[in-house]
Amino acid sequence: MAIEKVYWKGFDQLANTEVSKRLSENEFSEDIPIDQFLGDDNLMANSSTSRRDFLKYLGFSTAAATLAACEQPIIESIPYVVKPDRLTPGMPTYYATSYVDGQDFASILVKTREGRPIKIEPGDKTRFNWGTNGRAQASVLSLYDSSRLRQPIKNDMQSDWDTISNDLKIAVEESVNDGKQFMLLTGSIFSPSFKLVVEDLRQTYANFVHVEIDAVSSSEVLDVWEALTGVRAMPSIDISAANLVVSFNEDFLSSATPQQVASDYAFRRKPGKGMLRHIQIESNLSLTGSNADKRIKIKPSQVGFSLSYLLNKVSGSNHSVGKIDKVLKNQLDSIAKELMSSNGKSVVLVGGNSGANAYLSAALNAALKNIGTTIRPDKPVYLRSGNDRAFENAITDMNAGSVGVVIVAGPNPVYNRVGFDSALKNVNYSLSLNDRFDETAGATTAAAPVPHYLESWADYIPTNLDFSVSQPVIRPLFNSKPTIEVLSELLEKNKSAKDLVKESVLAQGLNWSQTLHDGGASLKIDARIPSFMEISERALAGVEIAVETAGSVDSGAMELSLYQKTVGAGYQSNNPWLHELPDPISRACWDNYLTISAADALSMGFVNETQSNGALDGSIANIQAGELSLNNVPVLIQPGQASGTVGLALGYGRSQVGKVADGLGVNAYALNLLNGFGVVKITPAEGMHEFASTQLGNTMMGRKIVNEVSLSDFINDPKGSSWNEKPTFHTLDGTVSADEANLWENHDHKTMHMWNMSIDLNSCHGCGACVIACHIENNVPVVGKEEVRNFRDMHWLRIDRYYSSDMTPERADTEDIGVVKKYAEMETPGVSPEVVFQPVMCQHCNHAPCETVCPVGATVHSREGLNHMAYNRCIGTRYCANNCPYKVRRFNWFNYQKNEQFASVNPAQDDLGRMVLNPDVTVRARGVMEKCTMCIQNIQYGKLEAKKAGRPLKDGEINTACESACDTGAITFGDVNLPNSAVQIAKNDSRSYHLLEEVGTQPSVFYQTKVRNRV
Amino acid sequence: MHYESNVREPLILGDKSYTDITNDIARPIETKAPRLWWIAFSIALTMMLWGFGCIAYTIGTGIGVWGLNKTVGWAWDITNFVWWVGIGHAGTLISAVLLLFRQKWRMAINRSAEAMTIFSVIQAGLFPLIHMGRLWLAYWVFPFPNQYGSLWVNFNSPLLWDVFAISTYLTVSTVFWYTGLIPDFAMIRDRAINPLQKHIYRILSFGWGGKAKAWQRFEEVSLVLAGLATPLVLSVHTIVSMDFATSVIPGWHTTIFPPYFVAGAIFSGFAMVNTLLLIVRKIFKMEDYITIQHIEMMNIVIMVTGSIVGVAYITELFIAWYSGVEYEQYAFLNRATGPYWWAYWSMMTCNVFSPQFMWIKRLRTNLIFTFLISIVVNIGMWFERFVIIVTSLHRDYLPSSWAMFSPTFVDIGIFLGTIGFFFVLFLLYARTFPVIAQAELKTILKSSGDSQKQHHDPNDTH
Repeated sequence: MAIEKVYWKGFDQLANTEVSKRLSENEFSEDIPIDQFLGDDNLMANSSTSRRDFLKYLGFSTAAATLAACEQPIIESIPYVVKPDRLTPGMPTYYATSYVDGQDFASILVKTREGRPIKIEPGDKTRFNWGTNGRAQASVLSLYDSSRLRQPIKNDMQSDWDTISNDLKIAVEESVNDGKQFMLLTGSIFSPSFKLVVEDLRQTYANFVHVEIDAVSSSEVLDVWEALTGVRAMPSIDISAANLVVSFNEDFLSSATPQQVASDYAFRRKPGKGMLRHIQIESNLSLTGSNADKRIKIKPSQVGFSLSYLLNKVSGSNHSVGKIDKVLKNQLDSIAKELMSSNGKSVVLVGGNSGANAYLSAALNAALKNIGTTIRPDKPVYLRSGNDRAFENAITDMNAGSVGVVIVAGPNPVYNRVGFDSALKNVNYSLSLNDRFDETAGATTAAAPVPHYLESWADYIPTNLDFSVSQPVIRPLFNSKPTIEVLSELLEKNKSAKDLVKESVLAQGLNWSQTLHDGGASLKIDARIPSFMEISERALAGVEIAVETAGSVDSGAMELSLYQKTVGAGYQSNNPWLHELPDPISRACWDNYLTISAADALSMGFVNETQSNGALDGSIANIQAGELSLNNVPVLIQPGQASGTVGLALGYGRSQVGKVADGLGVNAYALNLLNGFGVVKITPAEGMHEFASTQLGNTMMGRKIVNEVSLSDFINDPKGSSWNEKPTFHTLDGTVSADEANLWENHDHKTMHMWNMSIDLNSCHGCGACVIACHIENNVPVVGKEEVRNFRDMHWLRIDRYYSSDMTPERADTEDIGVVKKYAEMETPGVSPEVVFQPVMCQHCNHAPCETVCPVGATVHSREGLNHMAYNRCIGTRYCANNCPYKVRRFNWFNYQKNEQFASVNPAQDDLGRMVLNPDVTVRARGVMEKCTMCIQNIQYGKLEAKKAGRPLKDGEINTACESACDTGAITFGDVNLPNSAVQIAKNDSRSYHLLEEVGTQPSVFYQTKVRNRV
Repeated sequence: MHYESNVREPLILGDKSYTDITNDIARPIETKAPRLWWIAFSIALTMMLWGFGCIAYTIGTGIGVWGLNKTVGWAWDITNFVWWVGIGHAGTLISAVLLLFRQKWRMAINRSAEAMTIFSVIQAGLFPLIHMGRLWLAYWVFPFPNQYGSLWVNFNSPLLWDVFAISTYLTVSTVFWYTGLIPDFAMIRDRAINPLQKHIYRILSFGWGGKAKAWQRFEEVSLVLAGLATPLVLSVHTIVSMDFATSVIPGWHTTIFPPYFVAGAIFSGFAMVNTLLLIVRKIFKMEDYITIQHIEMMNIVIMVTGSIVGVAYITELFIAWYSGVEYEQYAFLNRATGPYWWAYWSMMTCNVFSPQFMWIKRLRTNLIFTFLISIVVNIGMWFERFVIIVTSLHRDYLPSSWAMFSPTFVDIGIFLGTIGFFFVLFLLYARTFPVIAQAELKTILKSSGDSQKQHHDPNDTH
């Protein structure tokens, strides 16, 4: 019998109450107002969500959820949907423009790929300053500097351009009402359109003041030439018209000067009769001094008297010469003789910013009849026009509270002038217009970004014979505005920079398109100067005052000469390429330091010590110049430094420049030596500084590495049998050359191209522009100070610098010095060494030691005389590098693209910096070997272009990056199988030789013997 | 008249019977490890793990964690490689060459010497691997058929010869060693009580039954393998030396290297055998088997090879001077008087001067002195490789590239790690393998003659 169980949910149900009955009839226990909702027609009519919409949303969200689950985010490159006109992916496009970074000016070509500028090439050779120095080459990376200012900033908060413009407008109006000055502080202005805007401002605002300053001042020199010619510009120097250059402290080869004369100099230094002779009298061992035929050491304070001594000798005058020691007197006597014998064809140059010295050199040049021949006031260089007196007045006015508004556009006076920081506090409104939030921007009310020169329109008149334009080659990366547009807005003209430049071009009567295409045009503007005769007479008339001024310097104390390294005045201090490039002389990277002579270092207790890993450590000093001091300056013992003098490079010690260089080195501007030199007190400080040097062996150890001959020997024996002897070997088959004495079968190098390179050691000045060009072209990683100190720089091309030593094998023989002592002493450079430079890259040996030892065949020989490196095949045994007699192979010790150690230095580490990478060259992985390829990408490109055109390759059509970057034409690359090609002619030259020919490597690179014009 | 020659000392002391030998040799395997073993093992294991950590760091970060630079591309890595390969030479020489020359004294030491060989070749083999920038592509050094296009290894490269030389040597040594172990494993198997142990040794002994036919084949195989291994003693270090000799670097480019390296390798190998045997002898109480006579023989070999090495050093100097090549002359002058003079003179002192003490019989039979000299020789041989590699590279042709080398903690850690790894292997071996080839040893036990004579001498009064 079944029992029917009854289950109940609660007592209500058990009792079967009313409520439970009612509830059981409804599905939901609570009343749902469906009717009320759906029945409200009004509500339904106003609802925007229809049922169709509901289904659409449902469908969309389902689809979206599905897609989101499988879609990969696109982070790589985006292909063109529509190909832009005149742009083929994979093909470079070149634009002519002008490079201006606040210090240098150059006419350049910019190589762009897919809209990205990636390389700077020299411009048209007929233009003013057509070459590219290291800074010009490296400037393309400054475009992609992630430390650039991206947005206007006001009171340390992000702002926008409208606010900046309004604030400026209001501030300027207030200053007008308050009767205070409205000041525009810029660098030297040589842009005609900018000058017009300034003129306009001057017309509009009665209280407007324009002040120009240069980071490295030339103000006193400009004052002298203004007094002599009536034009505030330096005369250009025509070295090609000279037979003799006598330079006092002027480092004219290292691009510290506005006019680039290196190519003219190299042209006049071609060996043979009438070769230019160069005498350098200087305190620091400069790049220029190391190229001189004769170098004399001098203290900066003696330059003035030396000049008046020469003047007395040359013109028979009798000016005061103070105390010149006998040795110097004798040397000056012989210089005077040489100067007089090359009358009108010599040039005397003076470095630094001393008005007295500038005046005396002008007078000396006048007495030598050089004005008009080698010194050309009729071709003035307008690149420097800064005026320190105007700037001093400005600071006085600011301190007095009579300045309402200051716009700082370009210069960085908080960094490179003393006193501007505090003066700025008395100004109501200040605006910094610069590419980054620098030291000055940190002190102003507001800061706004200006575009990089590769993003902007500009026009320039660097000399009276040249008109240059700058055109953008990429859209501005950030929210920037050119200064000229900001000012135009203030004037309520609202003209774009392009319009202003176009007006300026048309005003010169030039064709707009053609000018843009060429990057400028030749001009013939009258310099409006008096006759050469009159200038010379004026120069000679005022000598006595100059002599008195020059004599006021105390010559007993330690004297500091400021100089510039590759970083220059400091505008591009955040550029890692410039820091990684070793100093041409000291070979130290990532630093500035006090250079001191060995004798002074010994007497003052400064030492340089080599650590167990070979790296160099140096003592630390404090410098005091008058009231100002600079502490914790590393000390580097520099052969060739005049005793009683020290040197220090400008451009370092930035505090707000960016991640690469903040806190790097010391700020030499803090000593306020606007003349470039001054008396200092040096005291030792605690601790040791770690240097990063790329070269530890300083002398040639008596080996035949850089072949050198004097001009007279060269002329007497043009075939070179006495000074360019080739090594020979005694074998069973008789005496044979290095090429013949070998175990290997020769490659066939007759039927195809045979790429060879000639490096003229006579033309190479050692500046290092080629090294930077190579770095850029080949995506060479930057490794930073610590790794350079570990001796692991990645340069494919390096410039070896050797000092001569007082010990030579010949001297050891004659003086009977033992072999151990001989070699030990040969390691030490002489006190006044001669210096030679030698660029060394992969020599592309035809019997390459690296090729035979690679177990996997990752490095192999090409049919065209090159040594190839297959990165993909390399397993990284480093055997090839060990077996390379030239030590040119570089190993990827780390993953330079990802390893955090290199985040602040290697451009390939951030998204912006990666834009500079050359898409034609692989970025190498960790653990592989790399080396110079002779820019194989350019060779392939050139060959393909010729093939497409159906013609043979022409000589000079293919250039390597180093070759193009060299202003002096020291590097010649080409096909040695092509009859009469430049490189074939060079190979057959009597000066040509192979480096380490006796090793039997048969290199494809050869060198041309250096010729020194000794008397 | 009865006359007996007393020229030859007995090779086994202590009046052993066959059972005694079996017991003595099986004892370390069958008993618990002594305290000293545990201490040594812990230290070795720690060093090994530290070394493995350093290797992992190198592979993870890059070769840049070592002290190398653009001029000195090899330093401790290849120094350690050559050092370990050199040490690995003694084993094969003792077991193969001395077998062919019927030097019976080798029997007490050949097992451990060969074990040492294999373990040190393992250490050596690590370095060519980890010194590669891209270790994960190390298999590219083998000429394997591939679809990479025409890619093939470069048979001109001495590094490739190394690959073949080392791998052949390791294979032949291991096979030779293992063949000798089979009867001994069988002995352990037969004595084992623990079933697991018994099972393991059964597998290891390949079912050895000890039949006369098996013994005959065993002897034949041993002879054949000895014949195969003998040229390897010469070839391995010859080829290692060619890594340097075929190059163009002054100080490397030297035709004397092959014999010089082989002599040096035997020299260092024997020293290492001495080091190890003196420890084994003490810890496992094997004084009756590894006798003073053995040590003396070893010391004589060390003295002779040390002198050969010394002659080689002096010949190098002479040839450098005689060649008239300035780079060559400077390379050797720089070794002796340059920044690494201390390494050169350490090498000279340890390798050339210190073995000369072995001319004195009292010293060469003194165990403590022998132990010290064996350590000194190995330090000296390490410096020899360091001198050859680093002082040649650091100043070669162009002074602009001259550099110095200083090791980082990773360099040092990896080196110590391989020493640890070596001892871990050796200590494990000493506890699980018969450290003396007892089967062979029993063939030289004078069971019937001497002991009979001793026990039943008619003149004996008791």
